[in-house]
Amino acid sequence: MIYRETGQFKAHYQDDQALFPIDQDRYVIFGVLFVTFALVPYLLNEYWLNAILLPFLIYSLAALGLNILTGYCGQLSLGTGGFMAVGAFSVYKLMVAFPELGFIPLVLLSGLITAAVGTLFGLPSLRIKGFYLAVATLAAQFFLIWLFNKVGWFFNYSASGMINAPPMTIFGVIVTGPEANGVAKYYLVAGIVAVFALAAKNIARGRIGRNWMAIRDMDIAAELIGVRPLVAKLSAFAVSSFYVGMAGALYFAVWLGSAEPTEAFDINQSFLVLFMIIIGGLGSVLGSFLGAAFLVIMPILLKNIMVDGFGTDSALAAHIEIIVVGVLIIGFLIVEPHGLARLWRIAKEKMRLWPFPY
Amino acid sequence: MNMLDFLFFIEVTLSGLMAGVMYSLVALGFVLIFKASGIFNFAQGVMALFAALTLVGLMEKFGFPIWLAIIGTIAVMIALAWLIERVMLRQLVNQEPIILFMATIGLAYVLEGMGDILWGSDVKVLDLGIPQGAWEWLYDKGVYIEKLEMFAAGTAAIMVAFLAVFFQKTRIGRALRAVADDHQAALSVGISLHTIWVIVWSVAGIVALVAGIMWGSKSGVQFSLSLIALKALPVLILGGFTSVPGAIIGGMIIGVGEKLAEVYVGPFVGGAIENWFAYMLALAFLLFRPQGLFGEKIIERV
Amino acid sequence: MISGVASAYELVMPTLDYRTGPYAPNGIPFANGYGDYLNMLNERDGGINGARISLVPCETGYNTKKGVECYENTKGEGQSGALVFQPLSTGITYQLIPKASVDEIPIFSMGYGRTSAANGKVFPWVFNFPATYWSQATVFVQYIGEKEGGMANLKGKKIALVYHNSAYGKEPIRTLEKAAEKFGFEFLALPVDHPGQEQKATWLQIRREKPDWVMMWGWGVMNQVAIKEAASIRYPMDRFIGVWWSGSENDVLPAGAAADGYLSGAFHQPGDNFGAHDDIKKHVYDKGMGLGDRDRIGEVLYNRGLVAAMWTSEAIRTAMEIHGTNEIRGTHVRDGFEALEVDEARLKQLGLANFTIPVKVTCENHEGPGKVALQQWDAKAKKWNLVSDFYDPLRDITGPLIAEDSAMFAKENNVSMRSCN
Repeated sequence: MIYRETGQFKAHYQDDQALFPIDQDRYVIFGVLFVTFALVPYLLNEYWLNAILLPFLIYSLAALGLNILTGYCGQLSLGTGGFMAVGAFSVYKLMVAFPELGFIPLVLLSGLITAAVGTLFGLPSLRIKGFYLAVATLAAQFFLIWLFNKVGWFFNYSASGMINAPPMTIFGVIVTGPEANGVAKYYLVAGIVAVFALAAKNIARGRIGRNWMAIRDMDIAAELIGVRPLVAKLSAFAVSSFYVGMAGALYFAVWLGSAEPTEAFDINQSFLVLFMIIIGGLGSVLGSFLGAAFLVIMPILLKNIMVDGFGTDSALAAHIEIIVVGVLIIGFLIVEPHGLARLWRIAKEKMRLWPFPY
Repeated sequence: MNMLDFLFFIEVTLSGLMAGVMYSLVALGFVLIFKASGIFNFAQGVMALFAALTLVGLMEKFGFPIWLAIIGTIAVMIALAWLIERVMLRQLVNQEPIILFMATIGLAYVLEGMGDILWGSDVKVLDLGIPQGAWEWLYDKGVYIEKLEMFAAGTAAIMVAFLAVFFQKTRIGRALRAVADDHQAALSVGISLHTIWVIVWSVAGIVALVAGIMWGSKSGVQFSLSLIALKALPVLILGGFTSVPGAIIGGMIIGVGEKLAEVYVGPFVGGAIENWFAYMLALAFLLFRPQGLFGEKIIERV
Repeated sequence: MISGVASAYELVMPTLDYRTGPYAPNGIPFANGYGDYLNMLNERDGGINGARISLVPCETGYNTKKGVECYENTKGEGQSGALVFQPLSTGITYQLIPKASVDEIPIFSMGYGRTSAANGKVFPWVFNFPATYWSQATVFVQYIGEKEGGMANLKGKKIALVYHNSAYGKEPIRTLEKAAEKFGFEFLALPVDHPGQEQKATWLQIRREKPDWVMMWGWGVMNQVAIKEAASIRYPMDRFIGVWWSGSENDVLPAGAAADGYLSGAFHQPGDNFGAHDDIKKHVYDKGMGLGDRDRIGEVLYNRGLVAAMWTSEAIRTAMEIHGTNEIRGTHVRDGFEALEVDEARLKQLGLANFTIPVKVTCENHEGPGKVALQQWDAKAKKWNLVSDFYDPLRDITGPLIAEDSAMFAKENNVSMRSCN
C-alpha cells in the first residue's frame, strides 16, 4: 500500500532506466540525503560526528569498495587493510609534496594510485579462485604493510615511522589536522561518500556491473557468452581499490590524523571490512552501509549504554560487548543469511502488499 | 661453505621444519572442519585459546591434577561442539560457505569474551612438564634444536597417524569421509549429519587443545594465543583445505621457507619478511596448482 | 553519567585502560596501580586539596581507534572537563598529541609515546618525564660500557636490538645508531612482527651473530617468548636488557628459572614496602574498593601506574597552588606540570621515600631528569631488584636528535615554537 508503484507510468525510456525508477525510492533517497546534510550536522554534537559518524562513513566507503570486488564480482579479498594503507600513504606524500593541489584532488589521486596497486595484486585472480585467492590478497596485505613500515621514504624518515596529516583547507575551511571541526570534516566525508555511493549504484547496474556479476555467478559460463574475464576481474580490482584507497586516505587524513602502518592498517582491518559486507549483504550498496553501521556504531552504542547507563565496569562491558556482537552476528545470519540489506528488501515487499495479505 | 655455516644451515632448516609443524597443529583443526562440513572455521584460533585457558583454569582454580584437567578440558570441548551444532550449525544447514564462515566469526567473538570473563586476562603459566630448552646432545655438536618443538612434532605425528587410522579404518571415519564427499548422498544412505558434525567439531576442539598446550607452553596462556590462527593460514592454503597430510607438509614448507628467507635474505632488506614471504611462497605454489598441493581438483561444469 | 546537582567541584581524570585484548596482562596492573592510588587519595585526604577525584575509566583494548573514541567521549566529562590524559599506548599518544593542543588538555605519556615531545617549545601540551626511550637507550649503552670496563672497550663489541616492529619498537634505533658511531660498537637491529609468538628466526640470527649484548624493545607476548628463546639458545641472561616495558613479572614468570638474571630498565622501585602502599591497603583494599588482587600490589607495572598517578596528582596540586583555586581546568594542569617539582623531601612526605628519582619539569624540558636505572630478575625469590645506580642519559646524543625530530614535526604541521621565558 505504502510502497506501491501502481499508477507510476513511465513516458520515456530514460524514466525506465533511471537510477531509482520508483517514486518512493526516490523520496527515501532524497529524505536520507536531506537528513544527512541538513539535519545531522546541526542536531548531533562533536562527539557523535567525530567519534561515531566519521568512522561509520569512512568504513562504509571501504565496504562499498570491497563489495564491488567481493559482492559484485565474487573475488574474495583480504587485502583491504593494505590497500587502505596505500591510499593513506599516497595522500600523506601528496599532501606534503603538493599541498597546492587541494585536498579533494589529492584524495582522488591517491585513489587512483591505489587502483593501480590493486590491479597489480589482482593479477593472480585470473588463475586462482575462491578462498585460495585470499592468499594473493593476504600477500598484498602483509607485503604492503611491511613496505610502509620499512622504507623511510614513505614516512619521510620520521623517527618512529608514524605519519601525521598536515592541516589543509577547502575553500578556506580547515578539513584536516587537529583544528578542523567536526561539522567540516563530516560534510567533506559525507559528500564524498554520497557521490561515490551513487556512482557505485550506477556502475553496478550498467554493462561493467553486469559483467562482474556474470563472472561472480560462474566465470566459465560468463567467458562463453563473451565476457572477458581479464578485463572484468581486473576492472573490479581497480574500481574496488580506488574506493578503498580513498577510504584509506580519508581514514588517515580526516579521521585519525596520524597513523602507523602496523597498527592502523593491519589484517584486522581487512577482516573487519569483509565482515561488514557479509553482515550487510554481498552485492548491495545499501548493505555496505548497514554492515558498517552494525560493526562501527552498534558496539559504541552498546558500550555507552552499559558504561554510562548501567554503570558497568568498563572492562566487563568490553567483554559483554564482544559477546553480544558475536551473538547478534549468529542471530542475524540464522534469521537472514543474506545480510541486513535482504531484510530491507523483504520489508519493502511487505509494505507493497500491506495491508492486504496477497 | 665451511663447516660452521653448514651446521647453521642445517639448524635453520630443522628449526623451520619444527616451527612448521607447530603451525600445522593449528592448521589441522581447520582442515578437519572444512573437510567434513565445508566451513572455514575462523574460530579455530580462539578455540585453542579457550581450551588452553580452560586447562589452566581447571588446574589453578580447582586444583585438578594434570590428567584430570586434560580430561575435563576435553569434556568441555565436546560440550562446546555439541552446543555449536545445536545452536548454530543446525540452523544454517545448506547455506553458502561464506555465510557459515561469518557465523564462525560470531562464534569467535563469543568465545573470546567468554574466555576472558571466565578465566581472566592475565598471562597464565602452563607447565605440564613438557621438556623445554635446547637438546643437549645435539647442542654440544653445534646444532640447536628446541626440545618443546621436537615434542610437538612427535605429538603431531602421533595425532596424524591416529587421525589417518580413524578416517580410514573406523565406521565413523568412513561416515566422515562420506559426508565430506557429498552431504546429500551421505544423508540418503542414513548417515546423521548432526552426529558427524558434533564428532568433527569435538575432534577439532581436541586438536585445538593440543595446539593450545604447545603454543601456551612456549609463551604462557594469554589472549595472543588466539592470533596463531594467522600463522596457519598460508599453511592451509598451500596444503589445501581438505588434506590432513597437506596441512603437515604445507606447514613444513612454509616453516622452512620463511625461516631460510628471514635468516638469509632478511638482513639485506631490513628484516621481518617472514610474514609476507610465507604468503608469497604459498602464492607461487598456487600459480601452478590453484587448488593447493593436496587439495581436490576443482572440476567445473557449465 | 547523569548526576544530580554537583555538590562540589570534581577533578575529572579519564583513564584509557586496556583490560582486554592481547596486551591486557600488562594493562591491568598499570590501571590498578593508577586507580588505587587516586582512590586512596580520595579516601584518605578527600581528594587533592579537598577536591575529590572522579575517575572515568574507558576501555581501549590498546586499540588506537577505540582510544580516539574514548578521548572524544571523555574529554568534556563533568564540570572541569578532562584534566589530563594518560594515553597508555604509543599509537594513541601520537593520535592525541595534535588534538591536545586544540582542546587544551595536557597529555602525560610517562616514559613512552613520542620522544621528541621532550621539547616543550614545540609540544607545550605533552609531557614524557621522567625519561624517554632515547635516554634509556643511552643509559643501556653506558651500563654495558661500565660492565665491559669502560666506554673505550665498547669499540669492536657487537650489540643487538630485538624490537617490536612498530613505531614503539623503532624508537631507539636512531639513538643506538648514533651511539654505535660514537663508541665504535657494531649495532644489529632485528625486528619481530606483532604479536611475536614465533621468533625462531630472530634468535637463530643471534646465535649466529653472537652479539656481546642484546637489548629488547618488546611488548606483550613478544617478551615472554623472547626470554624463553634466549634461555633456549643459552644466551647469558645478564647480558640481555629489556626496555622498561619488557621488565615485569608477567614477562619473566613463564620462562621460570631460566629467566634468572634478566635485566631491564626502570625508573622506580619494585615492591610494596612503602608508606603509600600501606595506605592503599588500609584505605582502599580494607574497604573492599581495591581494583585488583591484594597480593599483586607492588608488582612492577602496578608501581608504574602508581607513580604515574602520584606525579599527575602532584601536578594538579601544583596547579591549584599556582592559580589559587580548586576549580582548575586542563590549561591550569599544564601549568602545574611545567612547574612540577617532586624532590626527595616531597617523596618522603608522600610515603614514597626513595621510590623513584626526584623530578623537576620546566617549560623547555618536558622529559625531566631523564635518569634510568637497571633492575634484575631473581627467579628464586621471584622478585625484581634494582641493581644499578640511576644513570644520566647521554644528552649529547639525544639532544640533537630531539631537536631534529621536533623541528620536523613543527615544519610539517605549521607549529611555531613558543619561547620559554
